[in-house]
Amino acid sequence: MTTETRPRVLTGKHFMNGDTACAEGAVAAGCDFFAGYPITPSTEVAERLAVRLPEVGGKFIVMEDELGSMAAVLGGAWAGARAMTATSGPGFTLMMENIGLGVMTETPCVVVDVQRGSPSTGLPTLVGQSDIMQAKWGSHGDYQIVAYCPATCQEMFDLTVKAFNTADRYRSPVFVLSDEIVGHMTEGVVIPETDEIEITPVRRPTEPPRDDYPVYRPGPDLVPPMPRAGDGYRMHVTGLTHDERGYPAMDPDTHDELVQRLSRKILEHADEIIEYEEVLVDDAEVVVVAYGSVSRSAREAVQQARARGIKAGLLRPITIWPFMSERIKELDPRVKGFVVPELNLGQVAGEVSRHTSKTVRGVNLAGGELLAPGAIIEAIEEVAG
Amino acid sequence: MIGEKVVASHPEDSLLRADRLPHIWCPGCGLGAITTSYTRALQESDVDRDRHVTVSGIGCTGRVAGYVHVDSFHTTHGRPIPFATGLKIYNPELEVTVISGDGDLFAIGGNHFIHAARRDAPINVFCVNNFNYAMTGGQHGPTSPVGSNSPTTPAGVSDRPFNLPRLALALGANYVARWTSLHVRQLQRSMQQALNTPGFTFIEILSPCPIGYGKSNGIGDGLDEMRHYRDHCVVDDKASIYDMEIDLRADAPVVLGVFRRDGERKKPRD
Ligand code: SF4
Repeated sequence: MTTETRPRVLTGKHFMNGDTACAEGAVAAGCDFFAGYPITPSTEVAERLAVRLPEVGGKFIVMEDELGSMAAVLGGAWAGARAMTATSGPGFTLMMENIGLGVMTETPCVVVDVQRGSPSTGLPTLVGQSDIMQAKWGSHGDYQIVAYCPATCQEMFDLTVKAFNTADRYRSPVFVLSDEIVGHMTEGVVIPETDEIEITPVRRPTEPPRDDYPVYRPGPDLVPPMPRAGDGYRMHVTGLTHDERGYPAMDPDTHDELVQRLSRKILEHADEIIEYEEVLVDDAEVVVVAYGSVSRSAREAVQQARARGIKAGLLRPITIWPFMSERIKELDPRVKGFVVPELNLGQVAGEVSRHTSKTVRGVNLAGGELLAPGAIIEAIEEVAG
Repeated sequence: MIGEKVVASHPEDSLLRADRLPHIWCPGCGLGAITTSYTRALQESDVDRDRHVTVSGIGCTGRVAGYVHVDSFHTTHGRPIPFATGLKIYNPELEVTVISGDGDLFAIGGNHFIHAARRDAPINVFCVNNFNYAMTGGQHGPTSPVGSNSPTTPAGVSDRPFNLPRLALALGANYVARWTSLHVRQLQRSMQQALNTPGFTFIEILSPCPIGYGKSNGIGDGLDEMRHYRDHCVVDDKASIYDMEIDLRADAPVVLGVFRRDGERKKPRD
């Protein structure tokens, strides 16, 4: 066992896999609490944090299952932690219960889902992208969630940092929706200097503790400041519909106001949250919408289509939820159609079609291996006509 | 007039969210008395009040967290133990106590209890056992004695119930006790002992639920069940785990006591 203690931010050039980069992103972002349960292909995130968190004074625990992991993450967050967990499809399903509690109680935390072939146990060691809609709607009820889709090991680092900031900014669980290929491949990762890593912690109450402090009174941005257990606010936090005081309230008006606000605090900041990358989209007649590992094949397919004289472009959602609906609507009048390659049976293609009248051509494989550029090029040619 | 104050204040007021009273529990329910024992234990505790945290799950007992005036979390069904574990691991300065029901802690949450006890999670678990799923209307659960009547067992309960102290002892809990909602002073003292015991502690508290269990099982209303406790409970700290089974329908002793206090030996009390 090494006794060497490394710093929080491992500034420099590294050659590391996506899961490890994710763990380093978390530590660099000030994550100081992890509770999880091993599951392929996300286990390396936990293994790295088991070593790294104690080095920086953080806490790491393997729980008895994902139900308990997610509950412990919320508990850690209420004690003041920058808290996270990492999992894959089957575990993500179990976490949905307390992700709902996290949404309702406005508990910031980060959940990394390294997707594999599904449904059920599916393909534990092989890639899939079929948790996209589960990420959106997996827990019961109406809410809006933020999810990022990294496509490179560098983005596993960068988007994990961003996920912590977004979770704190909006007091909500935030997902890093990776996949097995991005999680397990190894490539160059540049970790910046400590002072170049932006950290925006959750807003704490500025008022001194008092007995009737309204723990759920939102600021103008619709987000209430968050006290910690032990700060003296003697707060009550419940998954029941609650008023500003945190007390259970059983009337339709309070319920509607609360549930509306939980969605509005995300949707009204969509411009700040939604990020995407565009390659050759300006004059494109066919726009390929691709995310995660598949966007790497799509990038190649677009280049090859251009070489064949087809005006193709790549629109890569970095934030997958909330969805970049406005950008699709803007592109709608000037394109012939969209091609959406994904390792599921059309989850994002369906979302794209909600915002365009043009052809939306899916390129689908249920999972197991990466889509090759060839099938995407064929689809581009078909839509180009 | 409803809501009119009869007295200006009550000694328990500062530890209860008085603005949330009256509580939702039925007449004859044991939860009010148990909550009072808990708030008194908090009052007597050496730990600063703002470091006490109460965590509960879902069910009638789950509502205790909503009435005690400390930082309190009403979580998901079965998950107060891992939620509490997260709180305590991150901030060891907190004194974290789970109060929840038998269904919450031993059916849907049973796995968490087992593992928290195994890993000696430094939290207190106080389980109010009323032998049924009370909030949903008296269905049988993991503590319902064989033969009990319930809406989900038209031919009577056939599965064996848990013996909770036996389970906790087997798992290595540092402090294991059983009381009833009648034994308010012993319960309060026991809660204080648990709060002062390092590591994982467990108290089972038997409580009348006339609505969900008592009336349909020939025990009667809340007062009848209290009489049963008075007449049948024996305090025996040295009782054999085989003598700890409970069936309130029988004319049989109900064993109470503090069955283990190892933790107190590990850390001298002041
Ligand atoms: S249903 Fe039973 S446990 Fe629930 S409040 Fe009524 S008497 Fe108490």
